[in-house]
Amino acid sequence: MNQGPQGMEHVEVQRVQAPGRASSARSGSTTAQSAVAVEHLTKRFGDRVAFEDVSFRVGYGEVFGFLGPNGAGKTTTVRTLGTLLAPTSGAATVAGIQLRPENGPAIRSRISIMPESPGLYLRLTVAENLECFARLYCLADRRERIERALRAVNLTERANDLCRSLSKGLRQRAALARALLNDPAVLFLDEPTSGLDPVATREVHELIAALKDRGVTIFLTTHRLEEAERLCDRVAILNTTMRLVGRPDELRARLFKSSLEVRLRAELTDPDAVFAGVPGIESWEAQPPSSYLLTVPDPDASAPEVARALVHAGADICSLTESRHSLEDVYLELVDEDVEAKRP
Amino acid sequence: MSFSWARVVGIVQKELRDYRRNRFVIATMAFLPLLFVILPTIDILSIKASISSARLDERVGASLLYLLIIPAMVPSALAAYSVVGEREQGTLEPVLITPIRPEEFLIGKALAVLVPTIAIAYLVFGIFLSVAAIFAHPGVASAVFEGSHLLVQLLFTPLVAGWSIWVGIAISARSADVRAAQQVGFFASLPPLGIVALMSFNVIAPTLGLALGLAAGLLIVDALGWRAVAAMFDRERLVAGTRS
Repeated sequence: MNQGPQGMEHVEVQRVQAPGRASSARSGSTTAQSAVAVEHLTKRFGDRVAFEDVSFRVGYGEVFGFLGPNGAGKTTTVRTLGTLLAPTSGAATVAGIQLRPENGPAIRSRISIMPESPGLYLRLTVAENLECFARLYCLADRRERIERALRAVNLTERANDLCRSLSKGLRQRAALARALLNDPAVLFLDEPTSGLDPVATREVHELIAALKDRGVTIFLTTHRLEEAERLCDRVAILNTTMRLVGRPDELRARLFKSSLEVRLRAELTDPDAVFAGVPGIESWEAQPPSSYLLTVPDPDASAPEVARALVHAGADICSLTESRHSLEDVYLELVDEDVEAKRP
Repeated sequence: MSFSWARVVGIVQKELRDYRRNRFVIATMAFLPLLFVILPTIDILSIKASISSARLDERVGASLLYLLIIPAMVPSALAAYSVVGEREQGTLEPVLITPIRPEEFLIGKALAVLVPTIAIAYLVFGIFLSVAAIFAHPGVASAVFEGSHLLVQLLFTPLVAGWSIWVGIAISARSADVRAAQQVGFFASLPPLGIVALMSFNVIAPTLGLALGLAAGLLIVDALGWRAVAAMFDRERLVAGTRS
């Protein structure tokens, strides 16, 4: 048997193999190559705007993170792309099919959505749940598909257990098996680790990582930033409108200047004199009691120069590291901007 | 994408498995029919041989019509739960994400309620006939077994059940709360029982012509019910709880 890195068996996923797929995950893609292409999509419920003027593309084989605070419109976007809700305006292509009411069944047959709540029939066994959905997808080889999906999420031994007897993490796995039944071209995962304990969260992360390794296109909605940073090729940050789309490192570079963090044994008597002589330092900021944050365009080039200048000044260096901004910093920066902008 | 009976079977099979493991459903399906068979059975057994033929026909007709309460009442709670119940449990969205059409989903739900309802109603009717054949006065038994009575009973059971099911599902598809849907569904299943009551109290004479006319009306309602409820089925409102 073909085992994945986390002990997962190979999940055969039928995808539309787009030319140039390998690069699409890195650099975005054209409409023809996109698993999902969204252009100026808006959804309103009466006067309430769920999301507005949203545009992005997801390449085949890409894991695309969709981030945003509660109420940002993430789930509504997924439901709209999944044809459960009709967009108010804009256009989209999902799994190569135009998002139109008449294309709803065709799109739904080629994608899967795992909602935040697993939504399993608790009085039915895991296998019975999957059998029901295999029939709803009109799968000819139901038994084989069910066995394969169960193996993919390591749930074969619990196939005949009633779903109400499963833990929250196992229910999530069963829901993931259900989502894999139809070998979706695009798999939408809506907050897949919401409410799970750290062990169950890790298990779900491993399953997603294994699917990623198999080249499954995954649209991951989450507000767990470490999850997005770990699993996603690119992320989009939505707060009713689209704020940023890109690779996590691109977003960091776009929002924050690179910097070096120096921690000394004692405060410098004249830091201006020390740092003014070092080429590349654009600005500096003291961080009491005895640390300094230096803004530099190229941390690797500046670090030796900074170390030499500090030694020359007689400072005792405890540490000299590149200050790395996390995706969380990027996210908070954008959300805080929105909060500030909304203040009267 | 064309209509698929495979998807209908998927819904029916799932529903029947769910009912089988739900004590509330089993209790409702077992005890409710028993309650409604006791009164007509006692009535039939208490008819004396000396009763006039007109009065005998009237009482037998009333007893048999009383049995039609079973196909009206048994499915109402299940039908009223069918859509809004799944929505409250969070199981509706995963189903709506599949390529299933509203017509397939609804006919699956309806058949899953209809099949056990008809089975129970016919079983109870069989018990009633057996008791009448064994214990009732021979003249009374022969009146019970009259062809027109049997035909009306066999004909009306699925039609009354169908009416109750489509009204219940329609309420369920438009309701936001299970309890409200079941209460409204219960009252909505009463109109055919009103006709039964009117016949029982001789306000309307229970003639064969009236029965066949009513059956034809119910058949039309049942046939239109499926399409009407499918047209009312609003995927967006069911998922988001609101409409754009």
